[in-house]
Amino acid sequence: MTATGVIAQQPDRPGIDTFARLALANIGVAIAAFGVASAMAIMQALSRANLELPFRSAGMYYMSVTAHGTLMAIVFTTFFIMGFGYVVARHALGGALAMRRTAWLSFWMAVLGTVAAVAVILAGKATVLYTFYPPLKAHPAFYIGLTLVVVGSWGWALVMLRALRVWRVANPGRRIPLSVYGYAATIIVWLLATIGVAAEMLLQLIPWSLGWWATVDPVLARMLFWWFGHPLVYFWLLPAYVVWYGLLPAAAGGKLFSEPLGRVVFAMFVLLSTPVGFHHQFMDPGVSSSWKLFHTFNTLLILYPSFVTAFTIVASLEIAGRMRGGQGVFGWIRRLPWGNPLVSSVILSMLLFAIGGWGGAINASFGMNAVIHNTSWVPGHFHTTVGSASALTFMGTCYLVVPQLLRRRLELVPMARVQPWLWFLGMLLFSIPTHLTGLTGMPRRVFDPRYGDHPTAVSWHWLTNLSAVGGMVLFASALFFVLVMLFTLFGPRVADEAIEFSEPLEDPGTKGALLDRLGLLTALAAALIFIAYGYPIWQHLQMPRFGSPGFSPF
Amino acid sequence: MNIDFYERIWMWAAGVIIAAFIAVIGVSTVAYGLHPPSHIETIEPSKIFTDPRFSKLGQPVEMPDGTIEVQMAAMMFSFAPNEVRVPAGRRVRFRLTSADVTHGFMISGTNANTMLVPGYISQFTTVFTRPGDYLIVCHEFCGNGHHIMSGRLIVEEAK
Repeated sequence: MTATGVIAQQPDRPGIDTFARLALANIGVAIAAFGVASAMAIMQALSRANLELPFRSAGMYYMSVTAHGTLMAIVFTTFFIMGFGYVVARHALGGALAMRRTAWLSFWMAVLGTVAAVAVILAGKATVLYTFYPPLKAHPAFYIGLTLVVVGSWGWALVMLRALRVWRVANPGRRIPLSVYGYAATIIVWLLATIGVAAEMLLQLIPWSLGWWATVDPVLARMLFWWFGHPLVYFWLLPAYVVWYGLLPAAAGGKLFSEPLGRVVFAMFVLLSTPVGFHHQFMDPGVSSSWKLFHTFNTLLILYPSFVTAFTIVASLEIAGRMRGGQGVFGWIRRLPWGNPLVSSVILSMLLFAIGGWGGAINASFGMNAVIHNTSWVPGHFHTTVGSASALTFMGTCYLVVPQLLRRRLELVPMARVQPWLWFLGMLLFSIPTHLTGLTGMPRRVFDPRYGDHPTAVSWHWLTNLSAVGGMVLFASALFFVLVMLFTLFGPRVADEAIEFSEPLEDPGTKGALLDRLGLLTALAAALIFIAYGYPIWQHLQMPRFGSPGFSPF
Repeated sequence: MNIDFYERIWMWAAGVIIAAFIAVIGVSTVAYGLHPPSHIETIEPSKIFTDPRFSKLGQPVEMPDGTIEVQMAAMMFSFAPNEVRVPAGRRVRFRLTSADVTHGFMISGTNANTMLVPGYISQFTTVFTRPGDYLIVCHEFCGNGHHIMSGRLIVEEAK
């Protein structure tokens, strides 16, 4: 088959092409999931502050934590990432979409899976939280639904990789555009990561929840879950980095400072994202401490690409500020286009991510982890990472991308300008007290942290109250975002405009061309996973183990 | 690859910071034996109350080497026993397991922290230097009574 045969323009309805429709459908599901999950969140924040509200009950609280986690961490992120992936492929690669049928089938499969999982959660039959550690046992539709979401995302990955392949055949010798390179890294990380959770679902949880198998080994399930669970955070983060490298410098009116280092950053994430999962299991019995140490070192190494990113992005912003006439050491900061909600969202998300990054280094530190493991420090931490670096960047990206896809004007612009600041303020108010209560031992995911008014628990009260205020500010911000999106859906029509990707300060030429060999990178990453997980799992399977029957105490 | 001078400094600094983190963890692991609870021992979760390894629930036992061993079991939604007394300044070895779902065990305000996974025995050794009344919490979601699952550790003045 010739390349031109594949990219031949498919007949599209005039107006919005298939790429755009797919992108809109995916981003639409993401925003809907985000709205529902935000409503769950405000209730939880108030509950932890011990406010007596009508309908407040333990069952309701834990159900809503499950819904919030699943909808935010899995549904909102995955659908947004798929939708934005289509946007990047459309604008950076050009051409029409091959495999349209696969793309739509994957989308509907993921939607069906989401509906099934959310339905049983809301029915109170799957209160197992989004980590679903067995032997807590949910309704089979929960596991099958989430599996369908992942299978749908595999279909999307296939469509994206095919689009890249077609482009490479049609453009021999050209460098892969950096934003597409970043997305390819995202997809490779995702495919390698989901092997773990697919094994957990298909070989353990689904047959067990259907009653075919009586028992399940919970430590093996935790290993397979975290094989997936940590690279999942890079699946959330890398598309945000694509925005930081690929869209932010252009939106701020500057150039990307160092293109080749951007490639190095994404390549490092491909290599190191997965062989790190045991740092979530430092406190687990049944896993040897030497393997935990190996995963610790890998985890610390993966800080490196984020350090480099911090420099590159700030330097790119400085170029933008100076190109806009900024003077002096800090004068360029004032000259940045703060009125552009994409720019303010991304800069504020980066500031919050700096807190998250340092907290993450503490979490990863082998011994120090014992002070904060499973305390409220952990949700405090990941709300500044996935809840800020990813979520706030994604919201900012929607302000640019959604009007462009709809060919409509962004509505309620003043609200869109205030929204990132509200998120920033709300997140500081929510997350700092949540970190602090964790340091003195308040567990995460508790309905009511009173503990018979033990003095330690009493010392948490003012902090949980403060974080509830943060929760309210965050909720207002989420509401602003959803309203802006809803009004934009019906805004006045405008002409089609291309999305502008960042120009590098210097053309990369052939620098680091080896990094573009994605097959080689994938093979190296797979080899590292084989070392980091192959031996520990094989060793685990050798020992006498006792399975657990399921429990559903909800 | 031509890298900007300031960026080069930054990259070296980042590398040095990470190397320092790795060195600190390496030294504390090798020289001080500091490592997270990683005991590997399995048990039939439905039979823990008849297993001889957990026959002393609630009575701390003094071992020949002077270490005090505390055995505890976790179940929805309590610890057995839910109050433990140990002397300050002595080595205390906790041996814990779960009878049903995955639970957590944390002594608030200390670094005593472990997961309790059914089918596995968790074990760690620590020393409490400050006498006092410590809150023990379950920190892994275990069902709708998760937030009431707690206990107390009383660290008494050494005699």
